[in-house]
Amino acid sequence: MTTRDTDWDGVRLHVVTGKGGTGKTTVAAALALALASAGRKVLLIEVEGRQGIARLFDCPPLPYEERKVATGLGARGSGPGGDVYALAVDPEGALLDYLEMFYNLRRTGKALTRLGVVDFATTIAPGLSDVLVTGKATEAARRRVNRRDDSHVYHAVVMDAPPTGRISRFLDVSTEVGSLAKVGPIRTHADTVARVIRSPQTAVHFVTTLEEMPVQETLDGITDLSERTGGAIRPGGIFINMARPAMLDDADLAAAADGTLDVTELAVSLKAAGISDNHGLAADLMTELGEHAQQVALQNRERDELLTSGHPHYELPMIPEGIDLASLYQLATALRDQGAA
Amino acid sequence: MAPVRLDMDRLIDDRRTRIIVCCGSGGVGKTTAAAAIGLRAAERGRQACVLTVDPARRLAQSMGLTSLDNTPREVDGVDTGGGGSLHAMMLDMKRTFDEIVEAHSDPDRAAQILANPFYQSLSSSFAGTQEYMAMEKLGQLRRADEWDLIVVDTPPSRSALDFLDAPQRLGRFLDGRLIRLLTAPAKTGMSAMRVLNAGFAMMTGALTRILGAQVLKDAQTFVTAFDTMFGGFRERAEATYRLLQAPGTAFLVVAAPEPDALREASYFVERLDAERMPLAGLILNRIHTSQAGRLSAARSLAAAETLETQDRPNEAGSDAPRNTIAIAALRMHAERMHLSKRERRLAEHFTSAHPAIPVAEVIAQPEDVHDLAGLRVVGTILSRPGS
Ligand SMILES: Nc1ncnc2c1ncn2[C@@H]1O[C@H](COP(=O)(O)OP(=O)(O)OP(=O)(O)O)[C@@H](O)[C@H]1O
Ligand SMILES: Nc1ncnc2c1ncn2[C@@H]1O[C@H](COP(=O)(O)OP(=O)(O)OP(=O)(O)O)[C@@H](O)[C@H]1O
Ligand SMILES: [Mg+2]
Ligand SMILES: [Mg+2]
Repeated sequence: MTTRDTDWDGVRLHVVTGKGGTGKTTVAAALALALASAGRKVLLIEVEGRQGIARLFDCPPLPYEERKVATGLGARGSGPGGDVYALAVDPEGALLDYLEMFYNLRRTGKALTRLGVVDFATTIAPGLSDVLVTGKATEAARRRVNRRDDSHVYHAVVMDAPPTGRISRFLDVSTEVGSLAKVGPIRTHADTVARVIRSPQTAVHFVTTLEEMPVQETLDGITDLSERTGGAIRPGGIFINMARPAMLDDADLAAAADGTLDVTELAVSLKAAGISDNHGLAADLMTELGEHAQQVALQNRERDELLTSGHPHYELPMIPEGIDLASLYQLATALRDQGAA
Repeated sequence: MAPVRLDMDRLIDDRRTRIIVCCGSGGVGKTTAAAAIGLRAAERGRQACVLTVDPARRLAQSMGLTSLDNTPREVDGVDTGGGGSLHAMMLDMKRTFDEIVEAHSDPDRAAQILANPFYQSLSSSFAGTQEYMAMEKLGQLRRADEWDLIVVDTPPSRSALDFLDAPQRLGRFLDGRLIRLLTAPAKTGMSAMRVLNAGFAMMTGALTRILGAQVLKDAQTFVTAFDTMFGGFRERAEATYRLLQAPGTAFLVVAAPEPDALREASYFVERLDAERMPLAGLILNRIHTSQAGRLSAARSLAAAETLETQDRPNEAGSDAPRNTIAIAALRMHAERMHLSKRERRLAEHFTSAHPAIPVAEVIAQPEDVHDLAGLRVVGTILSRPGS
């Protein structure tokens, strides 16, 4: 196994958030693939009950059970990587797990879920059900093989987390639980979970596209996370997703945006390629180039804005054909090559 | 098969149209569409009010929505020559919730509820609260009767259905078994308790053990206090729901030409049909077209490749004119044609499943829509007859 430096070497729990639809699930999966180099096991956790991971990896719906879903990417030039496991955590399963693990109360747990205790908590006190879910993730991140072999079961845990609007509350478990329970076992549990989330072992990554609202949400989310927790929860990287490459160099782009490129020259080139400039085709194509230039400028503006935050950033291209298993590995490779894993 | 065109101007000019609701899945352009329609209606003479939820910052600023004070403010820069006007507001969900609590209970009890940690959690983070409060606010604005057209934006959520489901979800929750157990002692005294005894004792035992006694007591206090005003709550929700079924209401489903968004749109129109809620049409937002559609993707790509081979021998220091610009333009165009074709196919898929639904298409603008001028452009495109 090669040991090379990545940007997140000490991190065991990667939390992936972002505005809805920007690619959290996709990026979390690609990151898990990239982290699972040879001999390493990585766990990919989904928490919103949407079976996005199963759909992505084209496997049957995930139960509340850790299952292998893919083989990792492997280091450049070496063979295949380690194993990517996946788990769909729901608050009910996590409650049963918790009661069994700490109190040996599985039967009671079942009775409680039948009564709707979990729905109740999720509705009026999401902090209580969130802590069960984050608790499962931190438990997996800290889990050791057994008493004699104290190495970690998982090299890393990647969580496909709730969107930016909810992430601070979701992760700030000790405050959320603390506002309801001043003392008691759940409070103690929350504090244990919070210790992991607030340690350097946890990083919160933000996925965004280069559009105004996702970028704004990302910057607001980073600020909110730091302010709410006094800097204790660490923003990780910014994962720019679905970036569209520029087709021209900067000078030509600027000219295209200003409309100062030479249409006659374009018409000559078209003619050389056997396309006649009927009904002002060259001018129409020039308009399209101008719009492209405008879009690139907009992307650059949003990127600059993101970079003012000073966090490490990675860029993933828009895959025009959409995401399948092959393109997921392609994104994983891009992440690895940029040092994210 | 060409879809029926949605006649937007007829919809907004018709004085019988009193409410327009823009629904759709996350990020498709609901807020933009609602604001553009409100602006256009105002400039065509209606007294319009737009209720927005979480607008983009620059758009909010351009509409003068800088304070979250939960009341509509007049928007500057609107052409009121036709006798219309535009008001706009941003929903403050917590404040709306607090106001309902205050309206439905005496001051002491209201204060008690507002201070309860469970209420604070519910009013600021329950997944359906925003939807519920948007509906509540719509009801309030409609009852105020100061506007003859209210355009409603719906909260950002994954599924368009959430807007219709949230009020019932809150109702179901408050009707739940656990709530009945928690409120039983206060409501029916000890005799009912005996019946429930076994389950209740076990449950409280376990919960006390995990949560601590105080948490359970707070939950019980909250639920009991809340329960007494819930009747009023439900009546309001039901009244607003009926409003949505009334003939003066028109739903517009907004979708991007993407599989997920169109699937959501499909679910939503089927649901509207089942609820007998009036659907005016689909807004297909951010579609890509080309002025140079006469040059196909295949020919464009082939031409780009021809030029690339022509360019290559000249590479080292020759002054022969290079074809860089043309190659970029041709490749760009090919991509655009592919995209446009894919979008067209997706749209046709939708219209063949729902042939009777009128459609308006809005071309993707090269920049975000963040001011009145941008909204005006979108409004004009929305109302363009045929395309
Ligand atoms: N780099 C990319 N290139 C092309 N398509 C992409 C890319 N990344 C994501 N997508 C597509 O964008 C859509 C949204 O992605 P994804 O489901 O990962 O987002 P999400 O943030 O998890 O969404 P949600 O908020 O609904 O959970 C999906 O259809 C996905 O296939
Ligand atoms: N036709 C269009 N062309 C270009 N940009 C657009 C278009 N329609 C909307 N946008 C931009 O897309 C972004 C999202 O639009 P909008 O906020 O209206 O969506 P929404 O459905 O309200 O999203 P949410 O679900 O997050 O509330 C905005 O930045 C907006 O300016
Ligand atoms: Mg997702
Ligand atoms: Mg919106």
